[in-house]
Amino acid sequence: MKHLSEYRDFEATKKYLDEIHKITTREWNIMEICGGQTHSLVKNGILELLPEKVRMIHGPGCPVCVTPLNLIDKAIELLEKGVIVCSFGDMIRVPGSKKSLLEAKAVGGDLRILYSPLEAVSIAKQNPDKEVVFFAVGFETTAPANALSVLHAEKEGLINYSILASHVLVPPAMEAILDDKLCTIDAFLGAGHVCAIMGIQEYYPLVEKYKIPIVITGFEPLDLVQGIYMAVKQLEEGIYKLENQYSRVVKEQGNTAAIKVINTIFEVGAREWRGIGEIPNSGYVVKEAYRKYDAEAKFNISHIKVPENPNCIAGEILRGIKKPNQCDQFGKACKPANPLGAPMVSSEGACAAYYHFSTHLTD
Amino acid sequence: MEKTGFETINLGHGSGGELTRNLLDKVIFNTFSNPFLDQKHDGAIVEINSKIAISTDSFVITPIFFKGGNIGELAVNGTVNDVAMCGAIPKYLSLAFIIEEGLKMEEFERIVASVKKAADESGVLIITGDTKVVERGKGDKIFINTTGFGQVHPKANISVHNIKTGDKILVNGYIAQHGMAIMSEREGLEFESDLVSDTANLNFLVQDLLDAFGEKIKLFRDPTRGGLGTVLHEIANDISKGVFVKESAIPLEKQVAAACEMLGLDPMYVANEGVFLVVVDPGIEAEVLALMRNHKRGKNAALIGEFTNEHPNKVVMESLIGGKRIVSPLVGEQLPRIC
Repeated sequence: MKHLSEYRDFEATKKYLDEIHKITTREWNIMEICGGQTHSLVKNGILELLPEKVRMIHGPGCPVCVTPLNLIDKAIELLEKGVIVCSFGDMIRVPGSKKSLLEAKAVGGDLRILYSPLEAVSIAKQNPDKEVVFFAVGFETTAPANALSVLHAEKEGLINYSILASHVLVPPAMEAILDDKLCTIDAFLGAGHVCAIMGIQEYYPLVEKYKIPIVITGFEPLDLVQGIYMAVKQLEEGIYKLENQYSRVVKEQGNTAAIKVINTIFEVGAREWRGIGEIPNSGYVVKEAYRKYDAEAKFNISHIKVPENPNCIAGEILRGIKKPNQCDQFGKACKPANPLGAPMVSSEGACAAYYHFSTHLTD
Repeated sequence: MEKTGFETINLGHGSGGELTRNLLDKVIFNTFSNPFLDQKHDGAIVEINSKIAISTDSFVITPIFFKGGNIGELAVNGTVNDVAMCGAIPKYLSLAFIIEEGLKMEEFERIVASVKKAADESGVLIITGDTKVVERGKGDKIFINTTGFGQVHPKANISVHNIKTGDKILVNGYIAQHGMAIMSEREGLEFESDLVSDTANLNFLVQDLLDAFGEKIKLFRDPTRGGLGTVLHEIANDISKGVFVKESAIPLEKQVAAACEMLGLDPMYVANEGVFLVVVDPGIEAEVLALMRNHKRGKNAALIGEFTNEHPNKVVMESLIGGKRIVSPLVGEQLPRIC
């Protein structure tokens, strides 16, 4: 864990911050894609160390936040049917239309919080008389492990394991944001961990089409200030290209073994994004050949559709049009203990980041 | 401890009849024998000639055995520390078990032995207690409640309202050890580590501090559940002052830091069992620190921050890179992240 201290070093970080101050002459809006980056920016107090002219806009890269409301209701429906539902911890407090998974657990649902979908396969093996479903949400980052769980279940010959999948992809979301008439974004910090899996090649066409700088960036303070510096430098020089700040982790081709596993189980298809709506070719759906591992098909729950809470502006937050503290409900009707929408719950949600780490500085 | 002749605890052990008597005589009275308990009365009659501090706590931890301890010593140290945090010298404990039928007798005996060891080490006597057995599925192996009674130190004047702007905040050692040790053994989250719970009694260090500094010590507080962040926030709110802390000053052991990072948890909200913070008059913090570092429970003590008039009710932390952020209280349990 030596990287922890190296990339949180005061002097090294200050050097880049000073450079950013030195070269910035105009106002720039830079969107960090990933919720992990948002949290690191806020938690480390980086936003207030940047020049006023450099504004960070928080992007949609929070897997919990973009998971549509009806998926949570579907997971709850499964719990109520007696299915063992396994989930990453982040998801369980997100409100569905009536309750959260945590509340469904409190009234008897068998909900298990796991770190790895492979543990869900073990649970399925140990409970042959029960159905076990893994709530497989996330971006490209979690797709390989979720896909691998299906391959493991197949290898074990398990017929009681399936996944409730809601996988979304970063590049289509970036296009949707850039195509929005209200978009004011001048450059992107690309999501480092997504690119660790997928590589960076799919971003070259985006740079060319929208003539916008993209810097693939890591998550530690030093990564972020260096990424911001690289983006501002391009903007000030009037150029646009794809750069990789996070080269210690992200390779041009990505993780080819992981991509192969993804492509075995999933294919690209339309996905609904919470607060944004359906985006074509924006996510993974389970391939026909593996449909028996698709919980939506297995349990006949596709019909569950519910409207979003009209007071939650998650869509505008996720597209970077509004900041969390520009929401009327922020910190009032909507708090982490009683959230209106997912961005206030997830550890990567922009609203939660503002609530926990920063906004109270100014109130 | 004598053998009971049973391999597991059954409902009969809580019936109040022969089996209960057998269990109490052979395991409990035998182990904890002292003049107060030996009266075998419904309650204990004791004399305390001072102000007394009383604290009660229930222990429901899973797993009941973990690296660095078990629920038995936790139940002693937790309550001993709560009494000590009042500026008192813990003297007596009550001890009540709620046992789920089917608990292995050997496990119960190990827990009782740990209670005894921890009580001896803290200098407290078990003077009264209770044992109940519930049906399988109605408990989680074993729950323990302890109530502690202590003599308030003659020089102690502990109150959150004594805190003034400029007062210094110190902690006695590494934070987040207990929570991460438990986390590393919890079902579904097992990961390889040498993390060990920090469960320990703090009463002797507290007593030394009061002997030396008396009223210049404003507050003791042990940040158990909710962690250091939540406790600091509570104090700031109670007295409408701001708290300023430096991330770089907070003692955090490398392996714990790495485990927190891996699981996406913030050590500021992870539970502690052998940690306390102490608030002292400005000017004496160096002496306090020296005393603490000379004590076995304070080797890694550190000055972490102070009270301020700025940002009342808020805890502001200066990050390692010099930025500032709010430390807000924990809402619910900390949840492992997706990625």
